[in-house]
Amino acid sequence: MIALTGVEKTFGANRVLRGVDLQIARGSSMVIIGGSGTGKSVLLKCVLGLVSPDAGRITLDGEDVAHAERDAFLARFGMLFQGGALFDSLKVWENVAFRLLRGARKRPKAEAREIAIEKLRRVGLRPEVADQLPGELSGGMQKRVGLARAIAAEPEIIFFDEPTTGLDPIMAGVINELIREIVVEMGATAMTITHDMTSVRAIADNVAMLHGGLIRWTGPVADMDATSDPYVQQFIHGRAEGPIASVR
Amino acid sequence: MTLTSPLAAIGRAFLALLASFGRIVIFAGQVFVLAPRRPFYLRECGQALVQIGWFSLPVVGLTAVFTGGALALQIYSGGSRFNAEAVVPQIVAIGMVRELGPVLVGLMVAARVTSSIAAEIATMKVTEQIDALVTLSTNPMKYLTIPRVLAGTLTVPLLVGIGDIIGVMGGFMVATGQLGFNRAGYIQNTVDFLTLPDIASSLVKGAAFGFIATLIGCYQGMRSGRGAQGVGAATKTAVATASVLILAANFLLTSLMFSQ
Repeated sequence: MIALTGVEKTFGANRVLRGVDLQIARGSSMVIIGGSGTGKSVLLKCVLGLVSPDAGRITLDGEDVAHAERDAFLARFGMLFQGGALFDSLKVWENVAFRLLRGARKRPKAEAREIAIEKLRRVGLRPEVADQLPGELSGGMQKRVGLARAIAAEPEIIFFDEPTTGLDPIMAGVINELIREIVVEMGATAMTITHDMTSVRAIADNVAMLHGGLIRWTGPVADMDATSDPYVQQFIHGRAEGPIASVR
Repeated sequence: MTLTSPLAAIGRAFLALLASFGRIVIFAGQVFVLAPRRPFYLRECGQALVQIGWFSLPVVGLTAVFTGGALALQIYSGGSRFNAEAVVPQIVAIGMVRELGPVLVGLMVAARVTSSIAAEIATMKVTEQIDALVTLSTNPMKYLTIPRVLAGTLTVPLLVGIGDIIGVMGGFMVATGQLGFNRAGYIQNTVDFLTLPDIASSLVKGAAFGFIATLIGCYQGMRSGRGAQGVGAATKTAVATASVLILAANFLLTSLMFSQ
């Protein structure tokens, strides 16, 4: 289980996180929703140790992530970045098999390539794509390659940062389905950041709404529509009027 | 606005400069600490050797040949004022090997390699590729910085050596083709005049300049701000910083090696 207790983060005068408390059960899919600039990505990066929280505690299965052995800790994670974050200079298969070509999980090159092609197939990409460079692919294909890279080493926990941003509705639907399938198939714990409500309904077991640096509401996705929380209601229905200021 | 405001501004700028220098020293310290530790990214080192060394050869060669030729003309012209035209081979040799070869190669590497490294790493930072490396259990310092710094430190002395030879040959071509020098005599004078410490100093300077050029490119890239503006600013600052540090290091090394 991932548990965040009183996590705070400030950048200059901007208090992004003001004491976030959140728990993500093992094997569940948690989606964090919230407007742009509310600190969703910062929260995710705090868990991964890419950003150090100013206060609070983050634990993974009871162990404080700040004191965890970095390589072993990160080996448990896979992450799909918003823009894909594929390495331009490496071929697609080398991107997917990056973790399998170096470090503790190093495999022979041929085996790593085979695994990469299998993962590409899993996300609906043909083997021919393997030898292309990321720059030769469309945005949707790059997202899928990023997804294949995130699952290549079969991590226990997968983070998805805005997985459908910039994609057309059909491709967004494909990515949502893939994420759901992969998470269920692998039994992984998933944490997704998005403000796409279609993604929320497709991916989530549980939803948490981040606003003003705090978790305003959290609960099962089935309860989301029925909640009386005015922040959630305004957000999921995309209303301009409500407690969330439309001019930020 | 008080009378001391300009002094305060100068003080702030000076403190910022010192802080920046301190951060560069810490960054260099991290390189020295991490370089001997596993894992070693040999493929990345190989690629950096080719990128920094091999692909810099044309620009280094052209710079050296024109500089050597111009130097021969200047020395001949200046020397003729007091009947010292005959010293062209010796002065071209010592000028190229001790000073112009290493400095010009260093500055060319700063222009070509430092800018490229800074822009590449800054773009990687902006597009979250550096974060992606971390999540893939790869230390960006080990994967990106150390191969480039190692390649710069190893290949720039070679580039300097090649630049020295081409520069001397540039002087030779102008002196023998245009100024009427005897070919065999020119080469003999050059060989006789140059000493081993001259050549060694050139190569040591090359290693120092290669280290500076690549280190600063990586440092500024890693510290890049957001967006295209951040990448542009990182690249510009990297080239300016590397150039100034190369010239400062040149003075320091020359003082250490040649002051009596």
